[in-house]
Amino acid sequence: MEIVYVYVKKRSEFGRPCYFSDRPAELHADLLPDAALAATFLARDPCDVGAQCAPDVSEHEVNTERFESESRGINHVEGGWPKDVNPQEMEQTIRFRKKVEKDENYMNTIMQLGTLMEHSIKQNNAIDIYQEYFEEEDEEDEEEVTDAKEQPAAKTINVFRDPNEVKRTASSLSWHPDGNHKLAVAYSCLEFQRAPKDMSFDSYIWDIENPNRPELTLKPVSPLVSLEYNPKDSHILLGGSYNGQIAYWDTRKGGQPVEMSAIEHSHRDPVYKVIWLQSKTGTDAFSTSTDGQVLWWDIRKMSEPTERLVLDLSRKENLENALTAVSLEFEPTMPTKFMVGTEQGLVVSCNRKAKTPAEKIVCTYSGHHGPIYALQRNPFFPKYFLTVADWTARIWSEDIKESSIMWTKYHMAYLMDGCWSPVRPSVFFTVKMDGTLDAWDFLFKRNDPTLSVKVCDEALCSLRVQDNGRLLACGSQLGTATLLEISPGLCTMQRNEKTLATAMAEREAKREKILEARQREMRLKERSRSEQSKEDESRELDGEVTTEDLVARAEKDFFQIVEAELKKMEKDKEDEKEKEVCEEKEC
Amino acid sequence: MAEVEETLKRIQSQKGVQGIIIINAEGIPIKSTLDNSSTVQYAGLLHQLVMKTRSTVRDLDPQNDLTFLRVRSKKNEIMIAPDKDYFLIVIQNPSD
Repeated sequence: MEIVYVYVKKRSEFGRPCYFSDRPAELHADLLPDAALAATFLARDPCDVGAQCAPDVSEHEVNTERFESESRGINHVEGGWPKDVNPQEMEQTIRFRKKVEKDENYMNTIMQLGTLMEHSIKQNNAIDIYQEYFEEEDEEDEEEVTDAKEQPAAKTINVFRDPNEVKRTASSLSWHPDGNHKLAVAYSCLEFQRAPKDMSFDSYIWDIENPNRPELTLKPVSPLVSLEYNPKDSHILLGGSYNGQIAYWDTRKGGQPVEMSAIEHSHRDPVYKVIWLQSKTGTDAFSTSTDGQVLWWDIRKMSEPTERLVLDLSRKENLENALTAVSLEFEPTMPTKFMVGTEQGLVVSCNRKAKTPAEKIVCTYSGHHGPIYALQRNPFFPKYFLTVADWTARIWSEDIKESSIMWTKYHMAYLMDGCWSPVRPSVFFTVKMDGTLDAWDFLFKRNDPTLSVKVCDEALCSLRVQDNGRLLACGSQLGTATLLEISPGLCTMQRNEKTLATAMAEREAKREKILEARQREMRLKERSRSEQSKEDESRELDGEVTTEDLVARAEKDFFQIVEAELKKMEKDKEDEKEKEVCEEKEC
Repeated sequence: MAEVEETLKRIQSQKGVQGIIIINAEGIPIKSTLDNSSTVQYAGLLHQLVMKTRSTVRDLDPQNDLTFLRVRSKKNEIMIAPDKDYFLIVIQNPSD
């Protein structure tokens, strides 16, 4: 079939026909060189001009639009039956089939195809063409390569964006306890009074396979700052919200909280961390916030906390003096102890089983300059714990309270969160405000992170490693949760790693102890010396040497030195002048 | 008729063979050793696959034609012997 379009126009409508003719050339314009203009130009010889024989290319960016995909199934129904046969009726179909089987063409065809098929089947049975012959060698190669040369790398697998228009910070992440297919993310705006009015309060549970739509929406009364799955019952989640209340959800019951704590008895500031406790009932949890309290809850009775602790170092339960807490730590293997990280940069270690509230606070560890955003014990060696605060991450030993045993250098960006790797005792991860994720291996390199990956342009605020150590999720300030996969080098335990890590940590602890002992000695010496000198002076002069006297003496010395220098300078100038005069005279 | 049965029995008795389906050119299963729902599913999907493969082979070289199609997967191998009017499909679990 020809597809043809015919354009029709009358000849008279075209216009006059054109008649071409020859004629000689005509001069229209003659531009003569103007000497005056030439004077305004400078002749340049030689002239450096670059020339390149290369194709002209231009850069253009193309980005495809976001594509939402959905999984669907197809229902297969029989078809193709001739018109007179009803596929539902067994008799008719059987009759049809019998008829076909009697057809001679059918028989011949099947015979032919049968021989062909038998040949292939026998081939399959004779030899497996896809058999791996050199499997063991491959494995050995891989192992060696992993040990020696493989570059640690992290690959982004999925990105979960906040579906709302107004973006909030992903302030906390929690992995589903078994299966690890789901990730609960708490969204809130942590900047004081800067939350826009139409900001949604919802937090989401994502299925890691589907980044387009969250699997479940949790609708709290106030945005959630922290969120945790119950490790014993994977349907229960506990959330701490911005207004200080605690609420718990049951994913089988939908997005509304099952119960919320009474607002009079809750915290008075955002609940920065909630942790589930080990108990027979699996319903105990404790929470902390910047109002200086640590509250224990039983989720069956949310109207009142079961226990309360005020983080007052003077042990007087005075809320005004209390330290404000931003992180909490609890290790199921040591159920009586727990640690609180404060905004003042102190880590407070507490004992849960103390009889009086005054005895609850056991000791403090100081050394950080800013709020301690993350606090976690090493899952292999609970005696050592990691703190992430200000611009460094530090590793502490429980016995040494004056300083940390290992620390990272001071970074350019603030560190926001960190955690140990659950599979390797010497590896931990940190995230920074400039959007980078660092993986540190203190057995491999202490000065720099083993791996540093820029995940996004905005600040990363939270981090959680999955239990298998392979995947980790980090949440950013604009509500994007990124799922990364770490290369096997960083998540398979190396040989002797445990012993090496213990040896390294013990060595550092010993060093700190020695330093501490020396410091104490020096202080004692100073004290005894100053006491001696005090005695001497009191024999000579009356009164003790106060700091003001020392300052006055220092000032006097300083001014004496300055005046001496000035005099010297003046003398030098005079000498020079004399020299000049002499020279002039000579000339 | 009897030879057909014999051939099919021989194929069925080979090591690793899980099922045999014979479908006609329209996709109707004539004979099958599997249950009805699987048969219908295999018939529908494989029929389209064979049509597509055949047209691909013919497009690349009009003189050429499809003689045999093997789909090997992690769990088993599906072998299809096509003809003008009928297809013989065998699902086998290869040796191991």
